[in-house]
Amino acid sequence: MADTAAPPPVKANYVRSGSLTALIFLPPALTLFTVFVILPIGEAGWYGFYNWNGLAALENFVGLQNYQQLLANKTFHQAFINNLLIIAVSLAVQLPLALAMAVLLADRLFGSVAFRMLFFLPYILADVAAGLIWRFMFDGDYGPISQIWQALGGAPLYILADRDWAYGAVLTVIVWKYFGFHMMLYIAGLQSIDRNLYEAAAIDGASPWQRFRFITLPGLSPMIKLSVFFSLLGSLQFFDMIVSLTGGGPLNSSHTMVSFLYYFGIGRMRVGFGSAVGVILFILCATVAFGYKRLLMRDQDD
Amino acid sequence: MLGFLKTIAGAAMVLAVASASAHAEDVTVRMLHVNETGDPYWKKIAADYNATHKGVKVIVDYMENEAYKAKLPTLLQSEDRPDIIYSWAGGVMRAQIEAGYIQDISAHKAAFDKVIYPAPLSAYEVDGKLYGVSVQLSEVLLIYNKGLLAKAGVDPAQMKTWDGFLDVLKKTKGAGVTPLIMGGADKWPMHFFYSYLLMRLGGPDVLTKAETTEGGFTTQPFVDAGAKLKELAALEPFQEGWLGTKYLPSQGQFGDGKGMMALQLNGFIQGQQKNATDGKGIPDDQIGLAPFPELPGGKGKITDTLGGVQGLLVTKGAPKEAIDFLKYFVSAEAQKASAEAGVYVPATKGTDAFIKNPLVAEIARAISNSTWHQNFLDQDLGPSVGRVVNDVSVAIAAGDMTPEEGAQQIQDAWDQR
Repeated sequence: MADTAAPPPVKANYVRSGSLTALIFLPPALTLFTVFVILPIGEAGWYGFYNWNGLAALENFVGLQNYQQLLANKTFHQAFINNLLIIAVSLAVQLPLALAMAVLLADRLFGSVAFRMLFFLPYILADVAAGLIWRFMFDGDYGPISQIWQALGGAPLYILADRDWAYGAVLTVIVWKYFGFHMMLYIAGLQSIDRNLYEAAAIDGASPWQRFRFITLPGLSPMIKLSVFFSLLGSLQFFDMIVSLTGGGPLNSSHTMVSFLYYFGIGRMRVGFGSAVGVILFILCATVAFGYKRLLMRDQDD
Repeated sequence: MLGFLKTIAGAAMVLAVASASAHAEDVTVRMLHVNETGDPYWKKIAADYNATHKGVKVIVDYMENEAYKAKLPTLLQSEDRPDIIYSWAGGVMRAQIEAGYIQDISAHKAAFDKVIYPAPLSAYEVDGKLYGVSVQLSEVLLIYNKGLLAKAGVDPAQMKTWDGFLDVLKKTKGAGVTPLIMGGADKWPMHFFYSYLLMRLGGPDVLTKAETTEGGFTTQPFVDAGAKLKELAALEPFQEGWLGTKYLPSQGQFGDGKGMMALQLNGFIQGQQKNATDGKGIPDDQIGLAPFPELPGGKGKITDTLGGVQGLLVTKGAPKEAIDFLKYFVSAEAQKASAEAGVYVPATKGTDAFIKNPLVAEIARAISNSTWHQNFLDQDLGPSVGRVVNDVSVAIAAGDMTPEEGAQQIQDAWDQR
């Protein structure tokens, strides 16, 4: 865009009308952004230094005590590990699966559109609804998974009541729900790869693996970087499904940092403590987002 | 463009003026309630009041339990807060009072004294001032399925003592029947066991003592209550998968006859019927009730009861009509319908005569004969400490925490409060 240089007079005109547009349209957006984004972030940072129940006057200044309690809290440690597990599963299971499906379904084969729809469908579903559906699926008394297991001769399975399995169930549902979205990203990426490259490679006698390794993967790299970016941020912000699927249980073993914030900050009327969690989360998210963009997505901005 | 904006602004102003003048005649009283059992009856009370009071319009709104707890702090800080709010008394109410969002209605105390039983009303007094009115009472007690009891071949009279109770659990399990149904995923159902053990061991001043002494929550009754809970859980009396079962599905399991007994609120009786697979559950005449067993050497009596004293608070800035409506709301006349339907036990004097359902009447009798009615611990101690009590109860029962660790966690939560 930038190097398709427009003639100077037109450009000047564009700039002038542009600044007028900015003058009219920027203040409302900037005000909203300040009031609803910048101020709350600042307030959370402020509240984090108080022992505050969200109701009374803000007067019990405790310094870094909320942060000390937080860093000593075993449930928070577990929540942090759980967040890392989501990232690990997203990168190690979900992305390869999405990529494989994308390569299989990118060509206009018979039924590929139907399969794409089928795999994408869970992504459209609200997280809360997905959690409720799977809560029923995993139910030991009435749920189908346990029923099938019993039909095969096993004892009833209480997956969500078992500390060793409950979070595994959450991770499974995450992969089920989100791989379709990443698959769609890859399919879009695949379609932008020049078909001539494949033809040329085929003529040169490249094996399917070589074509994948040297044409598909490099061609997809911007999409892969984007997909990893979404996975990272999505993992850090993961919340809704925890509430409806496990409620953080059993024995607070399946919290993520955000559900920890909700249950231990808001639910217990410890807004100061919750704000401290929020600040940590914000720092983590901002670091990951900007760090990732700087390191890996730099070349895409220009 | 500017002309168009002027037209819109003008129209908006006309509308605003019109709606303001419409409201000037009517005083609106907004009551925010948690949608529990009494729904149609409360709306009816408001409708009756509106019909006889010209110029006052009472609106009853509902919110789901957890959502209500999470949103109320924000709602109260708004100028547009509801005039009457639902309350469980205890620590949350005290925080709301300290923050100055609740009206002191001591001036009307005499009027409420005449209609409300003194014990529940006193739950709404803080430092000698009255801030609200109790409306409904509930009791936590052993609710059992008579058919399964007969199948297990146990005698309910045995459950009067702790050892007898444990014996019943063992025998029941031996007969191939699940002794207890537990909604462990919601945690608070388990805190009923811990609370009752604490009450039976420590007696009426157990909480005040703990709150006013340094390290009071790590003293003997708290550790011992945890140890007894551990003893009970060691028998594995709960249904399989209890850690993952939420409260409402646990009602359904009882209604489906999957377990013999539950230590639950009286509302559980209707709940198990509604949430059973067949929508009928265990009929009233097949349900038996028993108090939580006595503990030898404990300071509490078997007639001490644990339960709710739910009621209503008037918020700051509410019109005087709100208090007037409250007086009507708790009158025997207004509470008659819900008492007759047996949806809850009203805190209003004289309503026990209206209760037809024999089970509800039995509970009402137990509450009025109660030697000490303790509010739910997770309400009384306030949300930050109360939820730790819930966590600790489940963790001890699951064998994940020792009674000493549990007591220490409650103490920590109290100190960090």
